[in-house]
Amino acid sequence: MIDWGAIFSNAAVELISPTTAAYALAALGLAVHFGYTGLLNFGQAGFMALGAYGYAISTLTFGFPVWASVLVGIGASVVFALILGIPTLRLRADYLAIVTIAAAEIVRLLFTTNTFQPVTGSANGLSGYKGGFADLNPIPAGTYGFGPFEYNAYDWWLRIVAWTIVILACLFTWQIMRSPWGRVIKGIREDEDAVRALGKNVYAYKMQSLILGGVFGTIAGMIFVLPRAVVPSNYQTSLTFFVYAILLLGGAATILGPVIGSMIFWVLLSFFSGFIARAVEAGWLPFMSSIQAGQLRFILVGVAIMLIVIYRPQGIFGNKKELAFVK
Amino acid sequence: MSNNTVPTAKPVKTVGMHIGEAVPGCKKKDPILVVDGVSRTFGGLKAVDVEHLEIPRGAITALIGPNGAGKTTLFNLLTGFDKPDTGSWTFEGTSIGGMAAFKVARMGQVRTFQLTKALGLLTVMDNMLLGAKAQVGENLFRAVLPFLWRQQEAHNKVKALDLLARFKLDTKKDDYAASLSGGQRKLLEMARALMSDPTLVMLDEPMAGVNPALTQSLLDHILNLKAEGMSVLFVEHDMHMVRHIADWVIVMAEGKVVAEGDPHEVMRNQAVIDAYLGQHHDEDLGEDPDAGQQNVGAIKELLDDEL
Repeated sequence: MIDWGAIFSNAAVELISPTTAAYALAALGLAVHFGYTGLLNFGQAGFMALGAYGYAISTLTFGFPVWASVLVGIGASVVFALILGIPTLRLRADYLAIVTIAAAEIVRLLFTTNTFQPVTGSANGLSGYKGGFADLNPIPAGTYGFGPFEYNAYDWWLRIVAWTIVILACLFTWQIMRSPWGRVIKGIREDEDAVRALGKNVYAYKMQSLILGGVFGTIAGMIFVLPRAVVPSNYQTSLTFFVYAILLLGGAATILGPVIGSMIFWVLLSFFSGFIARAVEAGWLPFMSSIQAGQLRFILVGVAIMLIVIYRPQGIFGNKKELAFVK
Repeated sequence: MSNNTVPTAKPVKTVGMHIGEAVPGCKKKDPILVVDGVSRTFGGLKAVDVEHLEIPRGAITALIGPNGAGKTTLFNLLTGFDKPDTGSWTFEGTSIGGMAAFKVARMGQVRTFQLTKALGLLTVMDNMLLGAKAQVGENLFRAVLPFLWRQQEAHNKVKALDLLARFKLDTKKDDYAASLSGGQRKLLEMARALMSDPTLVMLDEPMAGVNPALTQSLLDHILNLKAEGMSVLFVEHDMHMVRHIADWVIVMAEGKVVAEGDPHEVMRNQAVIDAYLGQHHDEDLGEDPDAGQQNVGAIKELLDDEL
């Protein structure tokens, strides 16, 4: 028989998992890029990789403290945003999409190549960089929590830090998007020539947006690797697409959309994979092997994205009025 | 300054702005914009080739010409939306040749577009506020601290409401600009441009796609710009309108300025008639009688219409 209790509790765990927080923050970065500014950044995985490797390499190779490693990651993503933005932000939006998707792949392949094996760990990636972060943990050792949410001190520390960062990033984004700065940014999304004709330096604003959303992605990349190891194959293009799925699910030009979208995405993904795996075990799906079952959940994600875009293009939190007009 | 926009019987024309004969490129007593040797080619086509041109201050200047004459290209060049192959120009004595569009706008030379660019998914009020110059809160770091920009924002809102009331859009201030009609969007675009207190307003076909009921109101708004001391340069095809409100008319054809002058005089100019109708319009080419009919209609409009 199927153990429904285990399926539901495994799914509930995803609600506050650091991975969910990391995806929420990366999606918030994309909301700044795509939802508010209209920049089609398909390279969010590249920004996340820079955060993960920037942190891990600074700690392992150079022995930097936590704060310095974080700054190195952020610095790397600012440089990356400048390299992407300087040639492409003057061009039409679709060029940025092509350049970012290629640049993110270049970043991933550079981290994968054997040439830098001593520093990047090549395809095996990096691990053992969590000491500094764990040492900052003020929570006494032990196990806390209730029901499915029972973790040791490190896991709680990680969750608290991750979600605090997400909340701060949400508040920051909410504040700037209702300021005159945000108004210029949304104006650029609608028609950048009109904004230019009103005396705004559109190029500088697009660059600021690219950097800001990229830094969100970078910090998300750091949160993402704290409960696991740094593995280059995690930063494939599909990562960017999952983040886009979360963004569209929640609503592209919203603050809470990416957060709630990420929670729904991970809870549903965990539920589906748990259910399918156990259903195959129980013989409910005789035409399917357990390996095929592992892949089925991603097919379901794809179907879910299609359904959202067709039937609820504004997402869960999006303003329906904003999409009621055809451009 | 709110609702005194009732149409006046006949606009007061500014006269005597030029020095010497009203020939292409003639000097003005008080030019706001002086253009020298500007050219722009697209492939083999010389879209704009203007030797010298002066736009008078405090007047309404119309830029007319047949399709493909280079009016909009010249507009784009002068506002920094396109880069010229050669040439330079000064605005209020400052050289702005090749300057970026946003810097040109900050100097007080704002433009509107032939295809209206209302920012659809922003409210009418947000559209207006975007037009205000030198906003503290438009800096990313200061944006985080609302107390730095709240007062300026409130001040801009009062100004925007006042302008919206003049343009009869104040009841729509919280609606998305996308819900406005085409004519209302034209009004909004003009009102938004005025938020920056410009000295030269450049309107690219302000009447295109506007229904006749709104035309009169738009005309009055353009006349009001002049009454408030702004200079206006506009591209237009509607000859009635040009004749009605323009103080000075510049005619372009095939990229060159072919005539300049008072709106009534300039339409009698042989170069203008040639530009619109072709040089052989009075010869019987023995083909396409329909085109001939249309030309006769157009020239009647040019010549016989005295408002």
